[in-house]
Amino acid sequence: MDFSALRNLISRYCTGEENWVDSRTVYIGHREPPPGTEAYIPQRFPDNRIVSSKYTFWNFVPKNLFEQFRRVANFYFLIIFLVQLIIDTPTSPVTSGLPLFFVITVTAIKQGYEDWLRHKADNAVNQCPVHIIQHGKVVRKQSRKLRVGDVVLVKEDETFPSDLILLSTSRDDGTCFVTTASLDGESSHKTYYAVQDTKSFNTEKEVDMLRATIECEQPQPDLYKFVGRINIYQDRDEPIARPLGSENLLLRGATLKNTEFVYAVAIYTGMESKMALNYQSKSQKRSAVEKSMNAFLVVYLCILISKALINTTLKYVWQSNPNRDEPWYNGKTDHERQRHVMIRAFTDFLAFMVLFNYIIPVSMYVTVEMQKFLGSYFITWDDEMFDEELGEGALVNTSDLNEELGQVEYVFTDKTGTLTENNMEFIECCVDGHVYVPHAICNGQILSGSSGIDMIDSSPGPDGKEREELFFRALCLCHTVQVKEEETVDGIKRGIHQGKATSFYISSSPDEVALVEGMKRLGFTYLRLKDNHMEILNREDEVERFELLEVLNFDSVRRRMSVIVRSSSGHLYLFCKGADSSIFPRVISGKVDRVRARVEHNAVEGLRTLCVAYKALSQEEYHNMCQLLDSAKLALQDRDRKLAEAYDLIERDLVLLGATAVEDRLQEKAADTIESLHKAGMKVWVLTGDKMETAAATCYASKLFRRSTQILELTTKRTEEQSLHDVLFELGRTVLRQHDSLTHDTFSGLSSEFQDYGLIIDGATLSAVMKPAQDDSSGNYREIFLEICRNCSAVLCCRMAPLQKAQIVKLIKASKEHPITLAVGDGANDVSMILEAHVGIGIMGKEGRQAARNSDYAIPKFKHLKKMLLVHGHYYYIRIAELVQYFFYKNVCFIFPQFLYQFFCGFSQQPLYDTAYLTLYNISFTSLPILLYSLIEQHISMDILKRDPSLYRDIAKNCLLRWRIFIYWTFLGLFDSMVFFFGAYFLFDNTTFTSNGQIFGNWTFGTLVFTVLVFTVTLKLALDTHYWTWINHFVVWGSLLFYVVFSLLWGGVIWPFLNYQRMYYVFVQMLSSGPAWLGIGLLVIISLLPDVLKKVLCRALWPTSTERIQTKRKCLTVEQSTIFMLSQTSSSLSF
Amino acid sequence: MKNQQAANRPDNTAFTQQRLPAWQPMLSAHVVIPGFLLIGMAFIGIGVALYITSQNIQVLEADYTGTGQYTNCSECANMQTTPCICNVTFSLTTLFTAPVFLYYGLSNYYQNYRKYGVSRDDVQLWGDPTRSPADACAPYQYIDSKPIAPCGSIANSMFNDTFSLYQIINGTKKEVPLDGKGIAWWTDYNIKFRNPTQGSLQDAFNGTMKPVNWSKPAYELDLGDPNNNGFLNQDFLVWMRTAALPDFRKLYRRITGGDYALGLPPGDYVLQIEYNYAVKDFGRKKVVLSNVTWMGGKNEFLGIAYLVVGSLCIVMSVVMLVVYAKYKFADENA
Repeated sequence: MDFSALRNLISRYCTGEENWVDSRTVYIGHREPPPGTEAYIPQRFPDNRIVSSKYTFWNFVPKNLFEQFRRVANFYFLIIFLVQLIIDTPTSPVTSGLPLFFVITVTAIKQGYEDWLRHKADNAVNQCPVHIIQHGKVVRKQSRKLRVGDVVLVKEDETFPSDLILLSTSRDDGTCFVTTASLDGESSHKTYYAVQDTKSFNTEKEVDMLRATIECEQPQPDLYKFVGRINIYQDRDEPIARPLGSENLLLRGATLKNTEFVYAVAIYTGMESKMALNYQSKSQKRSAVEKSMNAFLVVYLCILISKALINTTLKYVWQSNPNRDEPWYNGKTDHERQRHVMIRAFTDFLAFMVLFNYIIPVSMYVTVEMQKFLGSYFITWDDEMFDEELGEGALVNTSDLNEELGQVEYVFTDKTGTLTENNMEFIECCVDGHVYVPHAICNGQILSGSSGIDMIDSSPGPDGKEREELFFRALCLCHTVQVKEEETVDGIKRGIHQGKATSFYISSSPDEVALVEGMKRLGFTYLRLKDNHMEILNREDEVERFELLEVLNFDSVRRRMSVIVRSSSGHLYLFCKGADSSIFPRVISGKVDRVRARVEHNAVEGLRTLCVAYKALSQEEYHNMCQLLDSAKLALQDRDRKLAEAYDLIERDLVLLGATAVEDRLQEKAADTIESLHKAGMKVWVLTGDKMETAAATCYASKLFRRSTQILELTTKRTEEQSLHDVLFELGRTVLRQHDSLTHDTFSGLSSEFQDYGLIIDGATLSAVMKPAQDDSSGNYREIFLEICRNCSAVLCCRMAPLQKAQIVKLIKASKEHPITLAVGDGANDVSMILEAHVGIGIMGKEGRQAARNSDYAIPKFKHLKKMLLVHGHYYYIRIAELVQYFFYKNVCFIFPQFLYQFFCGFSQQPLYDTAYLTLYNISFTSLPILLYSLIEQHISMDILKRDPSLYRDIAKNCLLRWRIFIYWTFLGLFDSMVFFFGAYFLFDNTTFTSNGQIFGNWTFGTLVFTVLVFTVTLKLALDTHYWTWINHFVVWGSLLFYVVFSLLWGGVIWPFLNYQRMYYVFVQMLSSGPAWLGIGLLVIISLLPDVLKKVLCRALWPTSTERIQTKRKCLTVEQSTIFMLSQTSSSLSF
Repeated sequence: MKNQQAANRPDNTAFTQQRLPAWQPMLSAHVVIPGFLLIGMAFIGIGVALYITSQNIQVLEADYTGTGQYTNCSECANMQTTPCICNVTFSLTTLFTAPVFLYYGLSNYYQNYRKYGVSRDDVQLWGDPTRSPADACAPYQYIDSKPIAPCGSIANSMFNDTFSLYQIINGTKKEVPLDGKGIAWWTDYNIKFRNPTQGSLQDAFNGTMKPVNWSKPAYELDLGDPNNNGFLNQDFLVWMRTAALPDFRKLYRRITGGDYALGLPPGDYVLQIEYNYAVKDFGRKKVVLSNVTWMGGKNEFLGIAYLVVGSLCIVMSVVMLVVYAKYKFADENA
C-alpha cells in the first residue's frame, strides 16, 4: 500500500505541475484543440500497465530481505547471528544462521512465488490486445501501450482496458449494457450512455474527425462517482460543453454486453484506473492471541537478559580466585590476558546471550504462520459451508485471524441480506387505504385481469379506479429495472399467460424487481425501455408508451427516487417512490392517515414498506426542473450537493397514492444460529437501516428477542417526551436493579431464569448519545449507555447510517473490557463496520460483492456463521493456544539445562549440546508434531461443539493464554529441565555406567540430557493430543525415530567437513549402556508425571464443561471397558 | 455453470472435512489409576534390583593429594623432589571380585571449561602431527614457530601420575599386573585417533615440539608397546575424552590377568604412586578401586530414584482413587 502511494507521489512529481490541480484535461485522439480556443498543454499520464506485483527480478532480494528483517523476530536473530560471527562465542554461527536462513528462505520462496503469480497475471492483462483508432484505422496494440486520450474500440463481451468515456455505440440510442460483476459483484446489466453529440459516430473515420477535450477530476477510488465535462469543437465555433457523469464512464474490468461495439476514449489508465485504486490492501488486524504471544515474548526476553546478566556476574565473582581464573592447565593467550576487563565482561555477556538465545524460538513465528496459512484451508474446504445455490464455499481473505473466531464476544449483524434472504416477494399494496393482494403467489399461476385482485376493503368508486391505475402505472414506471431479454410484445404476453418467465427483470435492488413483478400479477406489465420510451402492457392488453424524461436516482440519504415521464397524451408526471419517512413530509394531499396506518401495520408484521406519490406537472414546471437539473449536472465541483439540492426542490408538494409491502424472508436457520450464538455467550446486535417496526419484527422472528424479553426503547419517540438524560438514567436503573440482585452465577448458561432485556435504539438517538461532551453530564451518557448495553442480551439499532454502524462497533471495542467484536454483513453499507470490527465477515449476497471483498472471511449464508465460530473458531483457538504455550515450554526445557550447566563448568559458556542438536532441535526434531497438532487437533468432536454452543464459553476471554496458564507451562518447563539436568548429573556423579568400566565425557552427558529432552517434549504433546489420526502417529513416532536415526548417523561417521569429531560414536556408546536406558526412561516419566497428575486431578475436582463432555462421551462409548478397568483397579487394591 | 460449480466445490474427503478416523484417548481416572499402579510396581521392582546390585559393588577410595590431613604423600605435595614416590596402603578382608578397575579421580578440575574443551586439533590427532595446528590450540599452538604435537591445553595438561599395585605376601611385594589395554573407547583407539603411518613414529614427529608440560614427547609415551604409543596411547585417549563435570574419575588400569583373574584376594596391598601432577592449588586427587556389574559402577541414585518414583506413583494412585471416589461418583450420580 505504501508503495503504491509512493508511486503515485513520484509519478505526480514526474508529470509536472499541471497534475497538481484537481482536474485533468484529456485531448481526444491527441489532437490539439483549434488554435485560440485554449492553450494546448501536452500532458504525461502513466501508461496502461497494471502493476500488482511487489517486486521485480532485480529488486527482489534486497527488497524482500529488507521487508523480512523489519520484523522484530527476524531482526533479533540477525543480530545474534552477527554477534556470533564477530566475537568468539560458544556456539558456531551455523546454529542461529541456519534456522534463520531456513526461515528467511521459506518466506522468500513463498512471497516470491506469490509475486510470480502476480507478475503472470499482470502480464496477461498488460499484453492482451486492444483496438485503438489511429488516423481513421483500427490498430491492434498491447493493452499496456494504451495512453490517455486514445480512442478505443471495444467489442461485445470484451473487457474494458482502462477507464473510458463512452463516445458512441452500435445502438442507435447511444446506450450500451455493461456488467460490473468483477468489480462489485453485481451481475445485472447496467446501462451506460454515450455523449449526446457524438453518439451518432459509427465508423472509425467519423470518430477520427472528432476534436474535443475532456476535463475531468483526478482519479479517485469511488466506483460510482465521476464528474467531468466534454468540450466539442465544431467548425471554429464556440465549443459545446456537455456534462459527463458516472453514467458515461466505462470502468476498467467491466464487460460489454448486448452491444456490438462501442467507441470510447481513455481517461484513466493503468494504476490510475478506478479498479486499480480500489485494490489497496486493508489495514492489518492483529488477533488477541498474537498480542499475548508478544507479551510472552517480552517476558522471555527479560528472562534471557537476566540469565545472561546473572551468569556474567557470577562468572566474575567466581573468577576472583586466580586459580579459577587461570589454573595452570588452562592457560590463556597473551592477547586474552591483556584485554580490558570491561571488554571481557561485555563479550562474556554477549556470549551468554548467544548461548541462551534459543529460548526465544525462531521457528515459532514460522510455525504460527504456517499453521494459520494451512489451517485456513479447512474453512475453504468445509463442505457444510458450501452453498449449492451460489456454487461457492467460504472464503478466507486473511488467515491471521483464524483463532479470533473462537474469541468473539459481540456479534454485529446487518439485517437485510444477512439475517434475511434479500429475496423480496410482493405481498400487498394499498391504494388510498384499499388493500390489494395478488393471488397465487406460490404456484406461479397468474390470473390475469381484475380477478387477480382480492379486494379486502370495500371496492373503490370510479374515482378510486382511476387512482388505482395511476398507482399501478407509477410503480411500473418509477424504477430502474431492466428487462433481461428483449422479447417481442407477443412473446411476453404469451409468457405471462403461460405463467413462465417470472424473472426476466434485473435490477440492483431486489425490492424493485419484486414490485414490478407484483404489478405484473396485478395486471400491469412493464415491457421494456425502447428509444427512451417505457412500454407498459395494461390490463386490456394494450401497450402504453411513456417517454422517460428524467430519472432522479435513488440514494440512501434521500431514501427515495423519482421519474419524470410524458404520457402518450402529452401529460407530464413526476412519480416518486421511497421510504415512508421521506415521503410523508413531502405530501400535500391524499389519504395520508389511512395509508400511514396500513404502513405501520405492515411494518409491525416485518414487511418492507414503500410509499408512492405523484405530481402532475405543467410544461412550465417541467422546463424549470430541467434547467435546475442541467445546471447541477454540469457543475464540476460539488455536483453531488447541487444535485441533492435540485432533487429536494423538485420532489415537493406530492400527492400520496398509496403504499406497497414487500416481504423479505428470514434466511434459513437464522433463528437457530442466533440462538446458538446466544447460548455461546455472545451478544448479538442487529444494526440496520430499516425502520424500527420492521426490524423489531425480524428480531422477534429470528429469536433475537423472545416473548419473555423485556424491551427497552431508546428512540426518538421517547426522547421527544422525556429528555434523553432522564430516559437513559431510568433505563440504567431498571437494568442495574436486576443486575444487583443477580448472583454471580455466570456458569449457568440458562439466562432465561432471569429477566433478560433487549434494547432498541435508533440512529438519531444514538448520535445524541455519542455526541461529544458539551457539558459535564453528557460525558456520562456514553458510559450509561454502555452499561445498559452490557446488561442486555440483544440490542437492535435501527435507522443506522453506514458510518454509524462502524461507530457502534468502535464504541464497544473501546469499552473497558475490550471485547472481541465480529461484524457480519452483505452490502456496501456494511463495509465500514466490517473493517472496523476485530473480525469482519462478509456474506456473499445479492447486493454485490463489496462486503465479501473487504471482509476477513466470506461465507455464503448467515447460518454458516455458527459452524465458523463454534467449530472452526473453537478449534483454531485451542490449537494455536497450545502451539504458543508449547513452543515456549519446549524452549525452556531446551535451554534451562544449559543455564544450569554453567554452574558446573566455571561459567565458561560451554554449550551442553552439540551444534547439530542446537540447530535442529526447533527445526526438525520437535517441529512437525506441534505443527500437525495445531492443524488437526480436535479435543471434542465437531458434532458436539455444534450441538452444545455453551462450550464456546470455556475458551472465552483468551482463557488458554492467561498469565496463570503461561506461568504453569513455564514452571513445568523449569521443573522438567531440572529433572533432565540433575537426573543426568546424579547419573554421572563419579561413576561409570558401562559394564567395561569406561568413562563417558561431557558430550555423552549433553546427549543424554538432549535425548531425555526430545522424548519428554514429544511425549508431553502426545499426552495433550486428543485426536490421534494415522498422521499423528506417523509424525510423533516418526520424529522420535528421526531423532534416533539422525543421532546414529551424525555420530556414526567422521564428517570430513567438520574440524572436530566430538560427537563420534557418542550416541551409540550411550545406548550400549544399561543404566543410560534406565535413566532415560526414569527421567522421561518423572518429567511427565506432574502434568498427568495435574490433568487427572483437575479433571476430577474442577472439570470444565469441555472436560465433562469428554468424560461423558467416553463413558457412553466405552462403558464396557470402564467397568472392566474399575474391577481391575479394585482387585489390584485388595491385593 | 455446472462445471464451474464442480470446480469451486472443495474435495469432500475425510481429511478436508476434518473427519479422519481417530483414536481419542483421554487421561481419565480409569486409565490413569491402574496405569500409575502398574508403573509404580514396575519401578519398585526395577529400583529394588538396581539398589541391591549397587550395594554389591565394592569401592575403595584413597585421597592422595597430600594436603590437609597428613598422609604418606604430603611430602610430594610441595612438588620439590621429582620424581617423588609415595605409597598408599590398604588391606582387604574379602575377595574384591573381578573385574576390578583402577581409577584416578580429580575434583574441582574443569575439563569442561569451554576454552579448554576446544583446545585440541582433531585433524592433527588423526595422524598428521606436523600440520599447523588449529588456532583453538593457542596458547599451546607453537613453540618457536614449530607446531606442538599434540597441541592444545587438553593434551598439555595430561595426567601424568603413575600407579603400580603390589600385594604384600609374607612381607614381600608381589606386583599385581595392571592392564592398560581397553581403557579407552574402542572407536577412539581404532578410528578417531591415528598415528602417522609413514616411517618410524619418531620420524613422523620430526619438526614438532612436545607439549610444554610433558617430560617426554608423544612418540615416547610407551616405548614398550608400539600399539600404545604416540597418539594411540590409551592413557592419552582417556585424558582427551573431557569429563562432563568438575569432579570426575578416569579409568587408569584394569586388573584382569594372572593370579588376579578372579579379583583381588584378601590381604594387604600397597599402591605405589609416582607423584607428578599438581592439583593442590585448586582441588584434590584420589585413586579408586572398583568393580562393576551390568549396570556399571556404584550408583545408588538410580535405584533410589526408581524406588521413590515407584512409591510416589502408588501413593498418587491411591490419592486419585480417593479423590475420584469422592467427587467423581457423586458427580456422575447427579
